[in-house]
Amino acid sequence: MNLEELNALATSERLAQAKKRHHIHVCVGTACQALNSEQIAKALQAELKQRGQRNDAEVKCVGCPGLCSLGPLVEVESRVNGQATTGVPEEDRRRSVLYQFVKPEDAAEIIAHLDGEPVKRLETPLDQPFFTRQTKIVLENCGKIDPERIEDYIAAGGYQALMKVLTEMTPQEVIDEITRSGLRGRGGAGFPTGLKWGTVAKADPNAYPTNVPEGIQSRKFVICNGDEGDPGAFMDRSVMEGDPHRILEGMAIAAYAVGANHGFIYVRAEYPLAVKRLRTAIRQAQRAGLLGSGIGGTAFSFNVDIRLGAGAFVCGEETALMASIEGGRGTPRPRPPFPAECGLWGCPTLINNVETLANVPPIIMKGAAWFAGIGTEKSKGTKVFALTGQVAHTGLIEVPMGISLREIVFDIGGGIPGGRQFKAVQTGGPSGGCIPAQFLDMPVDYESLAKVGSIMGSGGMIVMDDSTDMVEVARFFMEFCMDESCGKCIPCRAGTVQMHRILTKIQEGKATQRDIQILEELCDMVKHTSLCGLGQSAPNPVISTLRYFREEYEKKVNGGQRPEAGSQKSVVSGQKSELEVGSRESESSKPTAHSS
Amino acid sequence: MTSTPTASGRPAGNGAATATPSDRLASDKRYKIIEATMRRHGYQGHGLIEALHSAQEAFGYLDDFTLRHIARTLHLPPSKVFGVATFYNLFTLKPQGAHTCVVCLGTACYIKGAREVLAAIEAEYDVKAGGTTRDNQLSLLTARCFGSCALAPVLTFDGETIGKVAPSAIAQQIAQRLAAARQTQ
Amino acid sequence: MPRTLTINGQEISARSDQTILEAAQDANIRIPTLCHLDGLTDVGACRMCLVEVTGSNKLLPACTTRVQEGMEVRTDTERLRAYRRQIIELLFAERNHVCAVCVANGHCELQNAAIAVGMDHVRYDYIFPRLSVDLSHERFGMDHNRCILCTRCVRACDQLEGAHTIDVMGRGAKSLIIRDMNVPWGESTTCTSCGKCVMACPTGALFKQGSTVAEMVHDAEKLAFLKAARERKVWNV
Repeated sequence: MNLEELNALATSERLAQAKKRHHIHVCVGTACQALNSEQIAKALQAELKQRGQRNDAEVKCVGCPGLCSLGPLVEVESRVNGQATTGVPEEDRRRSVLYQFVKPEDAAEIIAHLDGEPVKRLETPLDQPFFTRQTKIVLENCGKIDPERIEDYIAAGGYQALMKVLTEMTPQEVIDEITRSGLRGRGGAGFPTGLKWGTVAKADPNAYPTNVPEGIQSRKFVICNGDEGDPGAFMDRSVMEGDPHRILEGMAIAAYAVGANHGFIYVRAEYPLAVKRLRTAIRQAQRAGLLGSGIGGTAFSFNVDIRLGAGAFVCGEETALMASIEGGRGTPRPRPPFPAECGLWGCPTLINNVETLANVPPIIMKGAAWFAGIGTEKSKGTKVFALTGQVAHTGLIEVPMGISLREIVFDIGGGIPGGRQFKAVQTGGPSGGCIPAQFLDMPVDYESLAKVGSIMGSGGMIVMDDSTDMVEVARFFMEFCMDESCGKCIPCRAGTVQMHRILTKIQEGKATQRDIQILEELCDMVKHTSLCGLGQSAPNPVISTLRYFREEYEKKVNGGQRPEAGSQKSVVSGQKSELEVGSRESESSKPTAHSS
Repeated sequence: MTSTPTASGRPAGNGAATATPSDRLASDKRYKIIEATMRRHGYQGHGLIEALHSAQEAFGYLDDFTLRHIARTLHLPPSKVFGVATFYNLFTLKPQGAHTCVVCLGTACYIKGAREVLAAIEAEYDVKAGGTTRDNQLSLLTARCFGSCALAPVLTFDGETIGKVAPSAIAQQIAQRLAAARQTQ
Repeated sequence: MPRTLTINGQEISARSDQTILEAAQDANIRIPTLCHLDGLTDVGACRMCLVEVTGSNKLLPACTTRVQEGMEVRTDTERLRAYRRQIIELLFAERNHVCAVCVANGHCELQNAAIAVGMDHVRYDYIFPRLSVDLSHERFGMDHNRCILCTRCVRACDQLEGAHTIDVMGRGAKSLIIRDMNVPWGESTTCTSCGKCVMACPTGALFKQGSTVAEMVHDAEKLAFLKAARERKVWNV
C-alpha cells in the first residue's frame, strides 16, 4: 500500500463511518471483558437488528476508555442533527453519552434512547474531572477505534506518520525530530529516546561477534518491551489491546531510523488478549503492505514477530529480555556493552517500551515542537498511569507531565473512598517508593519523583489510605523481588532473602533496633552492588518507607534482646564451627524464608 | 525446599508407560502442535520458549519425555531445556488438576484483601497455593497482576476472570463453578 | 594500543582489550573474585570484584569492564571492603558452609575470601536449606550445601569440555546446579566424567570421592592451561 492507496482507504472508511448517525462503543478491554462486555455488544447488535436501525447505527468493540471502576462501559457518540453527509462530520455537532455498569439486559433501553434523551439511570457525566483533566496522546484512539480492524486505525490517521518518514524524511531527520521532541523512555528510567535511537543508528553491526539465526535477515533489531511486570500497572496492556497498530507503526518508524529490518514485541503471556490483538494487527499490516518487504512502495523492509514471556519479572530488564528472546533463561548480564551496540544475537538493538513507541507517530505528524510544548522543562509530553488502590476512580489515565499528585489523586481519582485519609501513593512498583502526603503538590516528572525517593517507573500508581500498614507494603514488595530475583548475582539473590526475613521479623514483633540497622546496611549494599535494575532498586520500597514512615517500624520493634545467638558464631575457624553444626540441626526444622 | 529429585521421583509420562518413544510421538496428536511451533522457528534454539509454551498448552504441564523430545528436536543440551523450563513461573513440571484457580497477588489486589481471599480458598479446599486438591479437581495458583486492578481483588477460574471477590463468598463461587463443570461432563 | 591508567594510585599500562581485572593481575594488584576463573568467560555475578572508577557513579565489575585511557580505579576502599564482607556473609548464611567438616577446608576460595575480608561472624540469619549430596557418580560428588552458584562448573563444562551437561535450574534462592534433566550425576548421559567441573569449583561443592576433610585440592589453573593449549597452541607448563 502506498500513500495514495492509504489516503483512499482512509477516506472511504471515514465516509462509511459518516453514514452512521450513532456510534456505540463497547469497551472490550480485559477488565470490562471480564464483566461480560462482549455479551453487551452482542445484545446491542441483536437489538439494532430487531429494530431495523442497522443502517444508521453501528456497534463497535473498542479498547479501554479508562474508567475501569465503572465498567462495563458503553459510549454512544451521535450526530445531533442533520442527515448523513458526504464529508467528514464536524466535531461540534456530535454528542457523546457514557453509560456505566452496563448489563446485556440494558441493550434495549440504550437503543430505544438513541435519538432521544440518554438513559439517565446508566449515564455517567463525561465532563467530570476524570475525563476533562486528561490529555490524550498515547491513548487518543483507545476507546475510539476497533483494535481488530486496521481500517479503523487508518481512518483515524494511522500509518500516515510511517508514510511520511518513508517518503519525506531521512533516518537522521527522524532521529533529530525525536531528539528535539524531548521524548524520554516510558519504561521507567527516562533515558532520552532520540539519543538511544542515534546510538543504535550509528552502531556498527560487525563490532561484536554475532550469531543471528538462519532466516532472519537483519543485522540490527528493534524490540518493543511489553513485559509489563510491575504489579498494579496495566498501561501497556491497554495500549496493546486498544490500539495495537500504533505500536507497529512506532516500531516501523524506529526501525527505519536505526536501520533495522526485524523487530520483536515481547509480551507477557499473562496478557492473552493483547497477544491476540497484536497478532491480528501484524497479519493485517502485512496484508496491507505496511509491514514486510517494500513498505509503502519504498525499498524499506520490516518484519515483526511476537515473543511471549513466561512469568519472569526480571525479563523487563533489557539484557534479560534479550536472553529470553534468544530462548534462554532470562538472566541479565553486565552492561556495557549496551544493547544499542551489542544486543540481540550480538547485533545493535533498540529496546523501547510500548508507551514510548506509541508516542512516536503523533510526534512525527504534529512535530517535535508540539510535543515539547506539553509537560515540563525536562519531562516532555504526557504519561499514562494506572491509578489503582484506595481511590474512588480506578482506571487508566493520561496526564501532562508536571501535573501534581494532588490533581491526580483527588481531582481525577476522585479522592479516597470510605471517609478515610490519604496516606501515600506508591509509584514505580517494586522498584519505586511510597510518596507521603507532604509531597502531594509536587509536580509529577522524572526528576521530582526521583528527588523524593521514588521513580516514574512504568506508570503504576497505587493509592494507599490511612489503614495501610507501610511495613507490610515494604514486605510485600520485598517478597516480590525475592521471588523474582533471577539468582545470578549474590547481593540480589541472598540479600532480598535476608531483607525479607528482617521485615517479616519486624511484622512478627521479633525484631530489635539492631535488625533495622542491619536492614539499612543491606539496603545500601544491595542497591549499590547488584548486577541489574531489579536488585539495584529492590531496596527502594524499604528505603522510602523507612524515610517517611520510620515511626511505624520503630513501633513494631521491641527494645529487648536478640532472640537468636546462633548467628553470632564464627564459621571460618575450625573449632567453633564444629559446635555450630549442632545448633544448626536443632533449628533446621524452621521454615525457610523463600517458601511462596 | 530445594532438593534433588530423581528422574523416577517425578510424575510418569503423559501416555502409556509401556509405549516406546516413537509410538508415543506418533500416537499423540498433541506432539504435532509442538512440532509446528518448532518448525515455525526453523528448529532453532531460539524457539525453545515458544516450544515450551506449546507443550504446556497441549499437555497442561511439561514432563520429562516432552522436554527431552524438545531438546532432541532443537539440538539443545537437556540441562539447558530443563534450566529454562524451571526458570519461568508459567511452566510447570507437575500435572495440574482438572480446574485451575489463579489468585492475583498484585499490589492493588493485595491491599484490597487478596491474601484473605487466598486463605479462604486454601482453608475451604485444604490446598496450599501452588498445589492441587487431593481429588485432582482444583489447582490453586497465584499470579503477579493480571492488569485488571480495577476489579481488585481478582482471580481467574479456568481462564474466566472473577472480580471484586470477597473472602466470605469466594468458596461458594468456586463450588458453583466446579458443580457446573461436573454437570456438563 | 596500550592504555595508561591508575589502580589505587599506582600507574600501570594495559592493552586496550584487557579488563580492569586482567590489568590489575598483570600489575600484581589483587582484586578479590569468586565467579571469575582464568580460561572461562566472565559473567560479573559474584560482585566481589566491584571497583570504584572516578567519574562513574556506579561500582563496576573489574572482570567485565574494559580499561580506558586515564581511568582512575580504586579497588580497596573502606566502602568496597564493607560490601565484600557483606557479600561473603550472605553466602555463608545462604547455605550450609561448615568449614570444619568440609573436604575443601584450607583449599577453599570462599573460606580464603572470608579470611581476607576479615569476616569473623555472620550478622544474618542462617537459612539452613536442606540440600542433597549427590554421590551417584563413581568418581565425583556434588554437595549442594557448599555451592555458591558461581556457575564456574557450568561454564567449564560448556566452554572447555563442550558437553553442556551442567546448567542451573530454578531461579533466585531456589537455583540449583543440575546435570541433564536434573538426573543424578551417575545417570547423566552427556557427562564425559572429564572432571573439569570439579577443577573449576571454588568450594567443596564439587569434589573427588574418597577425599576426606581438608584433602580436596582443586586444580583450577589446569583449565586456563587447557584453554591456552587448545586455542593458542601455547603450553604454559
